[in-house]
Amino acid sequence: MPSIIYIEHDGTEHAVEVPIGHSVMLGAVENNIPGIDADCGGECACATCHVFVDPAWLALCGTPGEQESSMLSFAATAAPNSRLSCQIPVTEALDGLIVRMPEAQH
Amino acid sequence: MSALASTHHAELAATTPLEELDVSDPALYRDDVWQPYFARLRREAPVHHCRNGMFGPYWSISTYKEIVQAELLHKVLSSESALGGISIRDRPADLRLPMFIAMDPPRHDEQRRAVQPIVAPANLAKLEHLIRERACRILDELPRNETFNWVDKVSVELTVQMLATLFDFPQEERRKLSYWSDCATALPMPGGIIETEEQREAVFAEMLASFMGLWNARVNAEPGNDLISMLAHAPATRHMSPREFMGNLVLLIVGGNDTTRNSITGGVLFLNQNPEEYAKLRANPALVESMVPEIIRYQTPIAHMRRTAIADVEFAGHTIREGDKVVMWYISGNRDEAAIEQPDRFIIDRKRPRQHLSFGFGIHRCVGNRLAELQLTILWQEILKRFDRIEVVGPEKRVHSTFIHGITELPVRIPA
Ligand code: HEM
Ligand code: FES
Repeated sequence: MPSIIYIEHDGTEHAVEVPIGHSVMLGAVENNIPGIDADCGGECACATCHVFVDPAWLALCGTPGEQESSMLSFAATAAPNSRLSCQIPVTEALDGLIVRMPEAQH
Repeated sequence: MSALASTHHAELAATTPLEELDVSDPALYRDDVWQPYFARLRREAPVHHCRNGMFGPYWSISTYKEIVQAELLHKVLSSESALGGISIRDRPADLRLPMFIAMDPPRHDEQRRAVQPIVAPANLAKLEHLIRERACRILDELPRNETFNWVDKVSVELTVQMLATLFDFPQEERRKLSYWSDCATALPMPGGIIETEEQREAVFAEMLASFMGLWNARVNAEPGNDLISMLAHAPATRHMSPREFMGNLVLLIVGGNDTTRNSITGGVLFLNQNPEEYAKLRANPALVESMVPEIIRYQTPIAHMRRTAIADVEFAGHTIREGDKVVMWYISGNRDEAAIEQPDRFIIDRKRPRQHLSFGFGIHRCVGNRLAELQLTILWQEILKRFDRIEVVGPEKRVHSTFIHGITELPVRIPA
């Protein structure tokens, strides 16, 4: 199973195995990793699963769709490597993916 | 509600022919008897068409999952004020106000971004101290062993002080803000706070005049950290027409005021209705964190949001036609057993308490959701430090509205 590394805003690291096909958001929620709220349960409708993808991995995560881009454009802390983690499905190629959490989810 | 009224409405909800079921009557919310009607809609017709509603024909969406799906369809389900906007009741066409909650992209997105910094994490952190100081002052001045209206002395007072801060509006005139907010949402009727739409327009004009002064001062000053300054300096909003400024003021005043106010009141009521939950909270004040979103779910301060179809759309097996009015009933979706366990119970330690519809979803999702939670969290932390109990000593009075789900009077007593 691919291993995903979640880094909280305070620097705390969590490396967990996430099944292929699950989203990066679900990997955090199922392992009780703080910093990803996912209020809408993965529907791309809340933007509380916002993460910064490590630049080295950005291209492998694909590009955000239209709905994701508009949700992200409202996030106070959004940056060019921002993604909604519910919109990134875990694949073999993402083994070792590093994502960082923002200061707060909105 | 009385047992008699509740049996009567359960019966009525069960026996009315499905196609005649109309949940738009504001009396259902004033009398707190809406529950059985929505239980039936969720069971038998999650997407339901009502031909003869009190405010005209409309579709009801009453289940959680379908509401989230509808929120995502903003390209065909429009919020545009000229089409009728976001509430089931159409205002007269010439009195409809443009405001970004009632706009579609791209204008919505641009204007929303102008005010978004007000709730950035750094700004919220700054506000936290101020909110605590005020909450403490308000609570310390409350009478003991004496009946008073919690809504007026606490809920209105705290939210209106906050609102004055967000606008950098003179604190000594802050009660004007709650007056304008009440006027904005009132259903015009004889003897009401607003009797006619013309009277409402006059109040709005007075509000605009008062804010124009602030605007003129800020537009010529360095950009500041308050909402007026943000609107006056952002490229998307600095050339707004006076009417658009008026509309956005109404949005920010109502959005930041009524909703949080009614959650503050709801919390006291729910804990009194559920003494075992109140006991849990006293034993473990850390539960405030999960209680706050549960209060907001259980209250559902905005009962619905409305959209207007701008094209034919297939939705959950139905064809919604261009021009149709579509109402997403948050108040019902928040009681949907398919999405929330034991949804009719108020449980302060739910596992995922933020999964609720009260803030909406999608591109219009509430800008102020974290700020509202912050105010409630601080208030409850400070209440628990001071009072063993706040006792509700009489029946509450509810707002006569299909849109604002609120409480205007809650008589309470704090034992000495
Ligand atoms: C418990 C308190 C609150 C509740 C229940 C609430 C509820 C809502 C709802 C249901 C929406 C529309 C969502 C949709 O259409 O999908 C909304 C939007 C909005 N709210 Fe709140 N709100 C609350 C507090 C606040 C506060 C404190 C502010 C002020 C800063 C605020 C400002 C706004 C604004 C500006 C919008 C428009 C967003 C847009 O159209 O993009 N709200 N709110
Ligand atoms: S979980 Fe809501 S947008 Fe990702």
